[in-house]
Amino acid sequence: MEQTLFIIFAVIAVASALNILIQRNPLYSALSLIVTLASLSALYLTLHAQFIAAIQVVVYAGAIMVLFVFVIMLLNEPKDVPHIEKHKWLRYLAIPFAGLLIAEMFYALPLDKQIAFPSIPAEQADTAVGTTWNIGTALFTDYLLPFEVTSVLILMAVVGAMVLARREGD
Amino acid sequence: MIDQLLGWAIQILITLFALVTAVAYLTFMERKVMSWIQLRVGPNRVGPWGLLQPAADGLKFIFKEDIIPLEANRWLYIIAPAVSVVPAMMSLIVIPWGSEIHLFGRTIPLHVTQMNIGLLYVFALTSLGVYGIVLAGWSSNNKYSLMGGLRSSAQMISYELALGLAIVSVLLWTGSLDLVEITKSQSGTWFGFIPRWNIFRFPLGTFGFIIFYIASLAETNRTPFDLPEADSELVAGYHTEYSSMKFALFQMAEYLNLITAASIGTTLFLGGWNGPGVEQLPILSLVYFVIKVLVLIFIAMWIRFTLPRFRYDQLMRFGWKWLLPLAIINIIATATLLIFIR
Repeated sequence: MEQTLFIIFAVIAVASALNILIQRNPLYSALSLIVTLASLSALYLTLHAQFIAAIQVVVYAGAIMVLFVFVIMLLNEPKDVPHIEKHKWLRYLAIPFAGLLIAEMFYALPLDKQIAFPSIPAEQADTAVGTTWNIGTALFTDYLLPFEVTSVLILMAVVGAMVLARREGD
Repeated sequence: MIDQLLGWAIQILITLFALVTAVAYLTFMERKVMSWIQLRVGPNRVGPWGLLQPAADGLKFIFKEDIIPLEANRWLYIIAPAVSVVPAMMSLIVIPWGSEIHLFGRTIPLHVTQMNIGLLYVFALTSLGVYGIVLAGWSSNNKYSLMGGLRSSAQMISYELALGLAIVSVLLWTGSLDLVEITKSQSGTWFGFIPRWNIFRFPLGTFGFIIFYIASLAETNRTPFDLPEADSELVAGYHTEYSSMKFALFQMAEYLNLITAASIGTTLFLGGWNGPGVEQLPILSLVYFVIKVLVLIFIAMWIRFTLPRFRYDQLMRFGWKWLLPLAIINIIATATLLIFIR
């Protein structure tokens, strides 16, 4: 059951991720990214991480991607190809970077040959690592300092955005 | 395994059928309430008291010509109504309509599924529902539709925050995201006569309910927050170009969202299916739930035909400068109170 679900959603995730790169229209790329995020959320569910799965959809697919789509729609679709061609050397730089990532994947794969689903019996599923209770407890006890520091970081980003967006003389 | 799958299939089919019927009759109720408030008679020609009007409307929708504008983005135009109706339907599977009933020698709980992230699941799906409206607005290639779609997404993002924060106080009291658990925690009474519903945790629970209700009106795009389809400025907003069954699907999604909002409000604040005599006669729980949901929906209709529409800047100011701070104050007050109680 879990294996089947994993294969279905993994195929959807990879296919839509490829579609992000293939599409020339930015709106279609953004919509494909939403599909990728939603199928990743389904993969989290097969790993008994319900809270992460729900937050993935609420935050990324539901809030951040809406803003992406919003901006793309306001700018409307560009009639001509965007000016990426200005920096031609970037294109050649992409090849070593991609090679590096692929090499890293081949290095990482043999390290952990026992890639398997965490087999949790049904009665213990409510106490698995990914539940709201466990994540909340971990965030507010063991990882309290990093958690609070992150919130300060986000506050700085918000204040920075306000300063940048404010026009002179307002 | 097969037995369980069959059970789920039956539950899902019954829920689906009940919901589609409920949506059809909500349109009827809306028109009757409207004419009642405006001192008119309302639909009364089709069937006794006009009761077959929804069926006539449905047939009319099916036989209307389905128009796709020439300059529209065909693929997105067709998919947009489905994108808005599917999440609206999916979110209703976690709602506990009643307690358990005994039928054919087995115990059947009156909810399709129970999840320990039930509330987050509903929020995740309602946040996806906005794409249907946004895509409809953009793909129609019409300036009114685009304005409607953009307004809708801005409005839903803004009020989702207040909505989410308004329910945090309930989560603090019950300590669970599971809608079935939240309902069970509200059974019984205080001092023997006040039901232990969250709305009666005066003043914080009442306050939380009011914030939740206002924000949910905005989330479901109802007057006074119906800016996305403001008829006087935008023709019909995001569904200006839609006709036939595609238009009907948007209406359906809107009413399904209204049912979801009213059901979540009932479950979180009005004690869900709790009421006198539920232990002896479990089917009463379903009746109580439906009555409470209908009361909330009636109030939404009452507000719709009484209040004028907000202006756009008023809407944004109200959401960010009033509703959101009030919801945060409510959380802080509830948390402080809980520290002193426990």
